[in-house]
Amino acid sequence: MSIELSQFFQVFFEESFEGLDVMESGLMSLDPANVDNEMINSIFRAAHSIKGGSATFGFASVAEFTHVLETLLDEVRAETRGMSTDMVDLFLQSVDCLRELLEGLQAEVPVDGARADGLRQKFEAILDIPADAVVSETVEVEPVAIGWQIKLVGGEDILRTGNEPIRMFTQLGELGELTITTDFSRLPAFNALTLESCYLSWQLTLMADNVKRADVDEVFEWVVDECEITIEPIMDESVPVAAEQVEAPEATEAVEEDVPDADSIGLAAPQTQKKAEPGSIRVDIDKIDTLINMVGELVITQSMLGQIGADLSSDNVSKLQEGLQDLERNVQVLHESVMQVRMLPISFTFNRFPRMVRDLSRQLNKKIDLVVKGEQTELDKTVMEKIGDPLVHLLRNCLDHGIETPAERVKAGKPETGVISLNAFHQGGNIIIQINDDGAGLPKEKILAKARKNGIIGPDVVLSDEQINDLIFQPGFSTAEVVSDVSGRGVGMDVVRRNVQELGGHVSVKSAEGVGSTFSISLPLTLAILDGQLVRVGNQVYIFPLVSIVESLSVDKKQVSTVAGACDLLRLREEYIPIIPLHDAFGIEPDSRNLEKSLIVVVESENTKVGLVVDELQAQQQVVIKSLETNYQSVEGISGATILGDGTVSLILDIGGIVTIGQNTTHMQIKAA
Amino acid sequence: MTKILAVDDSASMRQMITFTLKSAGFDVVEACDGVEGVSQARQHKCDLVLSDVNMPNMDGIAMTRELRTLPDYKYTPILMLTTESGLGKKTEGKNAGATGWIVKPFKPDQLLNTIKKVLG
Repeated sequence: MSIELSQFFQVFFEESFEGLDVMESGLMSLDPANVDNEMINSIFRAAHSIKGGSATFGFASVAEFTHVLETLLDEVRAETRGMSTDMVDLFLQSVDCLRELLEGLQAEVPVDGARADGLRQKFEAILDIPADAVVSETVEVEPVAIGWQIKLVGGEDILRTGNEPIRMFTQLGELGELTITTDFSRLPAFNALTLESCYLSWQLTLMADNVKRADVDEVFEWVVDECEITIEPIMDESVPVAAEQVEAPEATEAVEEDVPDADSIGLAAPQTQKKAEPGSIRVDIDKIDTLINMVGELVITQSMLGQIGADLSSDNVSKLQEGLQDLERNVQVLHESVMQVRMLPISFTFNRFPRMVRDLSRQLNKKIDLVVKGEQTELDKTVMEKIGDPLVHLLRNCLDHGIETPAERVKAGKPETGVISLNAFHQGGNIIIQINDDGAGLPKEKILAKARKNGIIGPDVVLSDEQINDLIFQPGFSTAEVVSDVSGRGVGMDVVRRNVQELGGHVSVKSAEGVGSTFSISLPLTLAILDGQLVRVGNQVYIFPLVSIVESLSVDKKQVSTVAGACDLLRLREEYIPIIPLHDAFGIEPDSRNLEKSLIVVVESENTKVGLVVDELQAQQQVVIKSLETNYQSVEGISGATILGDGTVSLILDIGGIVTIGQNTTHMQIKAA
Repeated sequence: MTKILAVDDSASMRQMITFTLKSAGFDVVEACDGVEGVSQARQHKCDLVLSDVNMPNMDGIAMTRELRTLPDYKYTPILMLTTESGLGKKTEGKNAGATGWIVKPFKPDQLLNTIKKVLG
């Protein structure tokens, strides 16, 4: 039977990556001077599993590399070798290297083995294995035997380990013609007999002319330590009757077949294998159980409704309503539970940060502790995948610009070691991720000067502290005099803000000079569901994301000033806000063009507020976002669509886009005028 | 149907073993560590136990020792799946009551051949 091993690769890769994460976080928390046994054991186990799996599935490059790693870990585990910081570094590098090798194998792209070879040499140097150790093979010329004479004295305990002598005899019998003589001499008196013990010895003669010693040894492989076994070859001349050797043994089954040539399995695997991006998710059993429970409830409700339906009369209307209420509740809970399936703890993203902070602080000669809180906070898988890079950027920024050098810190009267804390928690329908450092804070004067120099703000503009801090998110802004290797990699904070906004969230910063900064990212829990405000314009119903709505109001003409040739401005307390009539932007006939009879919804996007003119505010509800791009095409000002309760399709406004459209319309009006 | 208990903390190994055994017509019960192995063994009367050595919570050797104390598993063949070809683990396993071992890496065919040898 041939079994296609490639079908297990996906699971192998997933568990190996998990194993690498375990190794990494274990190594990070390991104190080389005082090695925790349980910790080193779990690191060892992870390496061991990767080695076992990679060897089984034919990834020799990984298996060989993991072998040296495992050997060294085993010595540490057995306490025959001490751990050192350099060794931790080497192990960490190996984790990276293994990850690279595995990612290459998973994506079926060749990986340069130079790094692995380099690291392996380092391990071999530590382990004192000669680099080009050649295993000397002694080839024994075996005399050709025509059979084997075997004496087996059963170990008293072999039955207790499940080794049944009859099984061995059957196996020998398959090799050739077997004659068995049993020796009962060791059998004790009946009353001294223990049923579980073996007291017998056997004389076995196996006649077979091409059975090797190894084949015979293999039969007794598991009991060789417990039994007394002597195996002697029967040479040709010792056989009295030559005719007896006629019976040829059956071909021995090839148990010791070679493991197929290594990586060829991985690389030459059928092309049906999906490349990279696994797209699978691991779900807690609890979550699945909740789902199954809910489906059970639904089935009950359905059968109840079915009964009412079969016998519908005015008498059971109240029952029907009850049933419908149950149905609504069940669907709601089911909906929530299904969404839960996509949720993963944010530790999936946070886990890589301790390592990053460790490496970077060494590189920057800074002393930094990372404190992580709220790793169990759950977040949608898609949001999680996309938030990683912005977080890395913010964190690098804190390390590079935020935390001062130990000398500077001591001078400022702070402890030498800086603290960066990473925190995640839920707030309303959002998840908040905060990155806080106790570093120098944002240098306001420098930021202001730079923004003026770069023309981001005019020379005379007066800004509040908050607005100054916010300047760092403007495109083309960077205060570092020397672009450093750590955070000055061409992507600025503007990219961070854009990425976060693409996820429907926002990022802000609070800072006090000399005390530290806190970056807060607020994200929707999921991308698939949105809290929406339904609004009507003429005969169309649109959905505004509830998060972007500041307030809604009916206006007094006196509050509106018309700027010649441009759009109207609404004076809202201290601010002037441009008014964009949605009916103009979308070309719809409204109920009324009189502003006083309409409503204005003030929305905010990227700190710009605009007032959108609508005819009516309808319900607030959660809507499931359907992509417009996949079902139709991308439309400016629209971020998606949803299906309302009555079956009609309603478009979800992209507030950022609307602001742009509004500005363009105003321009066009100016041009036309 | 012959029922086999497969204990391994690696999901891919479990999957491979289970698939191989089921393809060969065996009934398979899985466990991801020794603790679960013992509890599965109590629930199902298995004819053969295959177990990894290195596992969290309870390793294969401790599990074997535990299984041998159960009346149902006094003589049941227990095979260790071990990568350590060194004699250390083998002896340790045997002393705990293991019948024998299969050295990793093994291919599906090798696994089946060894199992057939044990089940006779």
